[in-house]
Amino acid sequence: MSAQGLAELKFRDTHRASALAAALSRTVSEVGRAPVAVMHVCGSHEQAIARFGLRTRFPKDLHVIMGPGCPVCITDQPEVDEAVALARQGVRIVTYGDMVRVPGSAASLADAQSEGARVEVVYSIDQAIALAKTSDEPLVFFATGFETTAVATAAAIVAGLPANFFVLSAHKYIPPVMEIVAEMPDSKIEGFVAAGHAATITGWGIFEAFVARHHVPVVVAGFEPLDILAALVRLVELIRDRKWTVENMFPRCVTREGNLVAQRQLWQVFSPMGGRWRGIAHVPNGNLRLRDEWAHLDARRVFEIDLQKLWDDAPSLLAQQCVCGDIMSGLKNPGDCALFGAECQPDNPVGACMVSSEGTCRIWHEYGRQRAS
Amino acid sequence: MTVATLQKVAMKHGAGGRSMRRLIEKVFLEGTTGIAAAMDDGAVIPIGDRFLIFTTDSHVIHPLVFPGGDIGRLAIAGTVNDLAMMGATEPLGLTCGVILEEGFPVEELVRVQASMRTACGEAGTSVVAGDTKVMRRGEIDGLVINTSGVGIAARVIRDRGLRPGDDIIVTGTIGDHGMAVMAVRHDFNFGEPLCSDVAPLNGMIRAALAATPDGISAMKDPTRGGVASALHEMAGKSRVGIVLDEAAVPVRATVRAAADLLGIDPLLIANEGKALLGVRPDAVDAVLAALRAHPYGGEAAVIGRCVEDSPGTIVLETGFGRRLLSEPDGELLPRIC
Amino acid sequence: MCLGVPGRVVRVEGSSALVDFFGVCRRVRLELVDEPVAPGDYILNHVGYAIRRIPEADIEGTLAMYEQLLHEAEGDLMAADVQGELKGTRE
Repeated sequence: MSAQGLAELKFRDTHRASALAAALSRTVSEVGRAPVAVMHVCGSHEQAIARFGLRTRFPKDLHVIMGPGCPVCITDQPEVDEAVALARQGVRIVTYGDMVRVPGSAASLADAQSEGARVEVVYSIDQAIALAKTSDEPLVFFATGFETTAVATAAAIVAGLPANFFVLSAHKYIPPVMEIVAEMPDSKIEGFVAAGHAATITGWGIFEAFVARHHVPVVVAGFEPLDILAALVRLVELIRDRKWTVENMFPRCVTREGNLVAQRQLWQVFSPMGGRWRGIAHVPNGNLRLRDEWAHLDARRVFEIDLQKLWDDAPSLLAQQCVCGDIMSGLKNPGDCALFGAECQPDNPVGACMVSSEGTCRIWHEYGRQRAS
Repeated sequence: MTVATLQKVAMKHGAGGRSMRRLIEKVFLEGTTGIAAAMDDGAVIPIGDRFLIFTTDSHVIHPLVFPGGDIGRLAIAGTVNDLAMMGATEPLGLTCGVILEEGFPVEELVRVQASMRTACGEAGTSVVAGDTKVMRRGEIDGLVINTSGVGIAARVIRDRGLRPGDDIIVTGTIGDHGMAVMAVRHDFNFGEPLCSDVAPLNGMIRAALAATPDGISAMKDPTRGGVASALHEMAGKSRVGIVLDEAAVPVRATVRAAADLLGIDPLLIANEGKALLGVRPDAVDAVLAALRAHPYGGEAAVIGRCVEDSPGTIVLETGFGRRLLSEPDGELLPRIC
Repeated sequence: MCLGVPGRVVRVEGSSALVDFFGVCRRVRLELVDEPVAPGDYILNHVGYAIRRIPEADIEGTLAMYEQLLHEAEGDLMAADVQGELKGTRE
């Protein structure tokens, strides 16, 4: 099989996509009530849906809502503040691209950068390590992302880091927040699409207790257009038939147990801790923090981070009107926000959802209203 | 923060997108005459019954040398192409102002100069005036070049000339230049090096214009901000909507692969050897034939059409649905999940 | 939740591999993948690490799974039309 065949032709076949879209329409009408609301929890799923314009093919009675799956958006202000404070204190900060413009309480890393702080963007932790080796001065890697990205940080730590490399972990763990959303009293979500690459690490077995407890089906989906359409068809079938099960529609990458080698390294380095996600309140076990044996490279424990100067600025009035939290919980969509497209735009964002390329607001703004006529 | 409250210039103000446009409108166009306000690829100054086209460009590219070219070739091609996009395909002459950092190797300067000479030869023009300045080590990064150019056009083609029903043609594969530079700048190791497309296009455009008396309604070269930025300007100024067929847009497989890896849309990536043409439907075949007969236009293709609905917006047909193509802003950043 | 891109392993060098992503080669680290990887294998890459070796059989299996979903569209006229179209274009 050619490299082309792997993804290009097989999972982007427009004819098969049309057939699946038709099947989806039929299945949704068979549920017998409208609308049917399902949630996915992955920024890359929303990206794929938006990029391929899939929403214009979804039946109007199917609401596919993006939940808190943008790792940048749910990084809370105090966490961004820690990175900004370090940058302003003269420490070299390295992070993934999307984090640079996320507003903290008063400023983003981009703001600090334009004031002269050293903030650099990398695509992988390996690139950060290469940067650390260019001098003796300390370098702090502001590590964001869900478990799929956290395992890379863990592997790099286990393999051994240079002495001047420190990690500021803002990594998050997705399954706990699905519980929060499923438990929300206003939640009308009848099924979940689980993120395929995170499940590659964790396995789909971790959702079995979830479906039993909340009586909602979960389907694990990949990221090509056919993957997403097929997963939605299957999910709506399960909703129609009232089957509270987990189904794996991404078998080429996901197994029941997941990747044990990666899991071992993940939990060797990190332990789950409760914490606030931006706009979503407390998520038990939702944050990944470095274990005590790695204290020597934990930026929080090695550096004195002075946050007071940042908190002296009162939060802006605009920030108070931001409804990112409700958007990430699936209770509102960007169109419901008074600031969307007006005071809040990609080049002057108010909330994190407008900053990140995986933020619902940014995606909606970029790819247009989700039903481009 | 809006431009009204802007205190300091940021990198995004030089990236060719929305922020830059707003800065120009707010700061540079205040109190200027109508000529500059058109903000086209070149200024149009009427002389008798013809038009003098005048344009300028500064080049701050880093690295100075990249697969497929260097800052010298870029400096010449950039200005020649801006003139060509206005309909002036025979430049009368270029100027070249150079600002050097103390310590810059003369050998590199000689190399850049040789590149410029070669590019001028291709374009059938020459540098007729110049200036040289040196700044202290650390006060400027290596080398900055500014080029200006003049040409005469009997008929001016403006970027606002699109009409509903016109087809949009791109003269070849997109994303080559930006991706090649990004690969070098971020030290990505690609098996097959990505190559910039930097080239003077005036010969090709001359052939296209000759193929049809008035069938080409608008032209623009998609540099910073890519095809998305250029089409937005054209659609906005022309007050038409554009529907693009994503599958029809030519992209090299390696460019698409690299862009996929970085999570960047090829439609947003800079090109330095391509042009976008708005063409009346009855002239499309002739224009395509003329482009394809030229070495720089072998992969020219129709990629969309202009419509009356939603003026200023660009709808992308993905094959799986439709979405809006928004105007890019700021520098491209690699994304993560 | 990822820019997880599949690629084909060209060469394995200790704990990393050179991987071909549709013509673009990158070095990818192998510390996270849970089975041995050999040239010719496909892996899923995320931020510079391979997180999964993709078994070729599973690609075909996935497609078969999608086809199955389409079979159940027998009763739907529109889907049946598309099915017919599909049969005509099958590779």
